[in-house]
Order: sequence, then C-alpha cells, then structure tokens
Amino acid sequence: MGNNMEQDLKMNLEKPLVSINNVVKHFDISGGLLDQLTFKGGKPRFEKTTVKAVNDVSLFVNKGETLSVVGESGCGKSTLARVIMGLYPPNSGQVLYDGQRIDNLSHNQWLPFRKKMQMIFQDPYASLNPRKTVRQTLEEPLRFHNPKMTAAEATDKAAEVMEQVGVDPAWITRYPHEFSGGQRQRISIARGLILDPQFIVADEPVSALDVSIQAQILNLLMELMDKRDLTYLFITHDLSVVQHISTRVAVLYLGTLCELASANDLFTEPRHPYTRALLSAIPKLGEKRAKHIKLKGEVPTPVHLPTGCVFHGRCVYADERCAREVPKLVKLANGSFVACHGVEENRPMD
Amino acid sequence: MSHLLEVRDLEVKFALRSGDITAIDGASFTLDKGERLGIVGESGAGKSVTGFSIINLISKPGFISRGSIYFEGKKISDYSDSQMRKIRGNRISMIFQDPMMTLNPVFTIGFQMIETLRAHQKISKSAARIIALEKLKKVQIPSPEERLDQYPHELSGGMRQRIIIAISLLSDPAIIIADEPTTALDVTIQAEIMDLLQQLCATENMGLILITHDLGVVSQVTEKIAVMYAGKIIEFGLTDQVVHTPVHPYTIGLIGSIPGSTAPGEELRQIPGMMPTLSNIPPGCAFNPRCELCEPICTRETPVLEEKRNGIMAACHMK
Repeated sequence: MGNNMEQDLKMNLEKPLVSINNVVKHFDISGGLLDQLTFKGGKPRFEKTTVKAVNDVSLFVNKGETLSVVGESGCGKSTLARVIMGLYPPNSGQVLYDGQRIDNLSHNQWLPFRKKMQMIFQDPYASLNPRKTVRQTLEEPLRFHNPKMTAAEATDKAAEVMEQVGVDPAWITRYPHEFSGGQRQRISIARGLILDPQFIVADEPVSALDVSIQAQILNLLMELMDKRDLTYLFITHDLSVVQHISTRVAVLYLGTLCELASANDLFTEPRHPYTRALLSAIPKLGEKRAKHIKLKGEVPTPVHLPTGCVFHGRCVYADERCAREVPKLVKLANGSFVACHGVEENRPMD
Repeated sequence: MSHLLEVRDLEVKFALRSGDITAIDGASFTLDKGERLGIVGESGAGKSVTGFSIINLISKPGFISRGSIYFEGKKISDYSDSQMRKIRGNRISMIFQDPMMTLNPVFTIGFQMIETLRAHQKISKSAARIIALEKLKKVQIPSPEERLDQYPHELSGGMRQRIIIAISLLSDPAIIIADEPTTALDVTIQAEIMDLLQQLCATENMGLILITHDLGVVSQVTEKIAVMYAGKIIEFGLTDQVVHTPVHPYTIGLIGSIPGSTAPGEELRQIPGMMPTLSNIPPGCAFNPRCELCEPICTRETPVLEEKRNGIMAACHMK
C-alpha cells in the first residue's frame, strides 16, 4: 500500500508491537466440482467463488495503546483479528510481532508467541468449554506452557488472576453454566491473562452483555491495561465503546481500510465519507436525532467486490475515478490516514 | 377521554414446577394516537413479556394473573382467542428482532404479504397484491415489484426488516409494537429503520411501542419512556425529562454506564452486581442490593410508582 505508511513506520521511533503489512485473506467457498460448474455462452466452465474478506490491509499497533478496528458486520474485522493471531494463514502479506515475522511459523515456532498474544471472544456462552471447570479452563494453558509448574503453583496463579478479574477464587471448582454472562466474560478474560500476555485481541468482548454489565467489563479491561501494561487490539461495531477506550481507530469497509486516525481526530473530524456516515448514525443519548447521512444502495457482498474504491457505489461524492482506481491510503496533515480520492483531491464535501 | 391503549395494573405470572414466578408485577401505562412509547431495561426485566401480553401472545406456562388492557375503549384482556385474532396482526401489529426468523424462508415475500391480508379481509389476490405493493413503497423499498417475487434469503437484513414493517402495515394498524427491531442490524441500517418508524407514526397516526435495551435509540425516537427492572416499571415519564434528569438510582446508573456519558478513558460509572433472576427477587425494593442509597425501609417495603418531580413517576423510597 502507500509508501506513506512505510515511511511513517520507519520514522516511528517507537517500534510497533504488532504490524501487519498488505494482508490479504480470501476464503474459497466454491465447494465441490458440481457446485463450481456454470454455463457461459453454452459452454460449461468451472468457476471458483471466493469471499474476499480482507484486502491489502496494513496496520500497526504501538506498545501500550488500544487500537480499535470498527466496521459493520461482514467487513472483515474478525477475520483480520484471526489472521493476526495466526488462526488463519493470510493468502499474502506479513504479520510481525516485535519485529519478527510470525505468519509463516510452524506450530512449534508459534508456541512462544501464543504466550504473548491472547484472544478474548465475544460470546462467553460459546467460548468456554461447558464440560470444564474454571480450574481446568485456567490451569490447562498454564501447565501446557510451563510443564515444570507444580499443581500448587498453578492453583495459586489461577486464584491470583481470578481475583484480578473480580471472580471469587473459591468458585474455581464450578462449571461455566453456574455463572452469569458477565461473570463468564470475566472468566474468559482470566483465561486470556493467565499466561501474562503482552498483547490482547478482544473480539467484540462486550457486545453480548447488558449495558450495566458492559460498563463493569470495560472498566475491568481498562484497569487491567494499566496494571499489566497490556496492548489491546479491540474489535467492535459499537462506536460509543470505541470512543471511550481507544487510542487510535481503524475503520474497515468490505475488507479494506478506509481511515486510520487517533480516536480524538476520528470522532471530532472524520474524513472518509464512510466514517462520516457511520458516525452520524450513532444514536446519542438525549440528543434529538440529528440528520444522519444516508448512504445510497446496499452493502455489496465480499464475493463480488466493486471495482475501484469499494465504497464508490454508496458514496454521494464518488466520480468516475472512484469507480476505476483503488484509492491509496494517504497521510493527512493531522497524521490520520485516509483512503479516498475525494479527500485527496479536496473535493467539496459537506 | 379514553386512550388508544391503556394497561392497568398488569401482572403476568409463569407457572413453573417450583412455583409461580412473577414476570410483570403491576405495570400500568397508556398510549395515544401517534404517540411513541419506549420500554427499556436489561435482559430479563420483562420488556418483551409486556409487549407480548398486550396482544395476548403469552404462551403456557405464562398467564395474565391480574389487571386489564383496554384498546379503543374495549377491554381486550377479556377477549377470547378468536376475538383476539381479529385485533392481533390487524389493529395491533408486532415487529420482532430477527427478520430472518419472522419471515418464512420457503415462500416469496408477495405470497406472505397476500396471505396476511387475506387472513384479515375478504379480498381478491390481485387486490391484495396492489395493497402489498403500496405498503412496500411506503417503507421505501427499491424496486418493490421485483421484491414481491423474491424469497427472504435474497434480501439483506435491513431490507428484510423493511419487509416486516410493510407486512405489519398491511391492515393499517392503530398500534405497532416493535420488539428490539434493530438489534440485529448495523448502526447505519438501524438509523434508517428508526427514521422510517418515526415517520410512519406521524403520517399514519399510529401509536408505537418500542421495546429495546438501547437507551440511545429510545431517547431519539420516543416521547415517553418506561424503565423496567425485575418485572416492574420503576420510572416513567417524558423521554427528555427521564434522560436528562433521571430520578431512580437504577436509571441514573444505567445512563451512567453508557460509554459516551463519561469522558473517554475515564472509569465508567457502573452499577455493582446484576439484576436478580425473577425466581429470587429480594424483599422490598428489588434494586436494594445494588443501590447506594439503600436504607432499612428499602429491604422491608416495596416502593410504589408515584410522581417525584418534573412529572416523572418513580418507585423509590429515597427520592
């Protein structure tokens, strides 16, 4: 992608903890040979169907920051998180952790990184094994990564982490079904923290929770970040959560990065037309509905990506160049990155 | 003057093997023509059961154990099933959360719309099709004629929810009950659907009951708001008043927990603990274990909903 970001990376004195360069992830969903069979002009052909989930995305996460990735359902934000965590191999591009390339490692080479990078999932009902007690859930990774650890040490460690996340260590013998949603999410956070990681990928960690419980979990995540010097990659669709916790925000649309800016800049002065529409649609408490920016048309599927700028079909400022040429991510005066011909050409937008 | 809808001291119980549990405990509210009422609360607070009970959709083991519901001056809580069927889906429509679950996947949109119309009116298929088309136009669906012959899976989530709204409009209802209509949708689509509902209330002079957990949505769409906690309405008033000057400590806590009401990075105001399950609601005020103002009286006596200030009704001993 843009040389701008590479230059920026070189100039960045602080080495990023995680950086991803030009990552592409496509999924083949064409199925068996019969499913691929189509007829064009009377002749049979085999056609593959691919979901283009992530297309040429570059990002970096600095130590100690919270980078939020936002976007609507199907924009590839969870796929991106899983590529970073090594759960999906990228089709092309690189993932670097502390300067070291990790996307092409073997299973054994991955192990030391697994201790440093952990993931918290959305649904605490689905992400905890219902047949394992809290003790088994928390101690298994400990014993696996530290084979010499004694049973007593492991129990102590589990109790310490449970205390930190606000779950009574006496409940260590219980099963997940004995806990409420909020407590389960605390347990899955404890599982993420048990190996003392540096980097946490949280995929919609509060979306399944009620608002009063959501506040408790967000407070906990912010507190843990201070105490443990964590770095977060936060995946969410909830923009008010994003505004509250992020240092920087990346906006994805159809697997493409539209805008990357500090949280403050993004929420006070969004530049990309998609970001503007997205922000104008957030319902704000106690404010009468301001006119939200209406988008034309429907979200295209990631199977048939539009040509040029992926957003051009829905953008009111789009012209012929947008339909033809993919916009590059360019750096603006305030340090934000935006991929939009309109912003680049200073087209009037209001 | 009688209201379009009046719910008086409604109590709904569920008969379980372990004994009856009270899902709604003495809810009262009214709705007038063109008015928009929001019912908010966390999961399990009884919001949806309230919505269902209005059109008597509560299935066993649930039953209405006390109270009455009046619609256009008639006591519909006494209606038989066949009488109720003339009102349900006809005069009072309901929209549910998941548009994929509400539409039948094996029939076309047109088939489902015409079927609904012909269930309530004596009307030919071609006349029904014309009405269906008109309603699809009303919900601003692009190329409505094509949609009639499409199946639900061919449409996006936002489009499906528009179809559901069109179906609910088919027989020109007086009230629409919308139960979390946009929870499954993205925020840009949500804004469009909410605009549409708001606009329809004005043009069709319909009453809207919006059931949701999202205070932000409620505050933008509705005029009145009822906050539910553990089966009770604990605060009721004009939306502007309740959102800006809430009275009940639970409402205050709920509004404080929304990110955005606190400066970025600051600790969010949180309510300790969680809502009790309906089978073990504490004696006195149900909120007392989580309340910072709790006094001995709160654990003894159940507070009643009464006017506190600015026309806001709240159920709290301490305010």
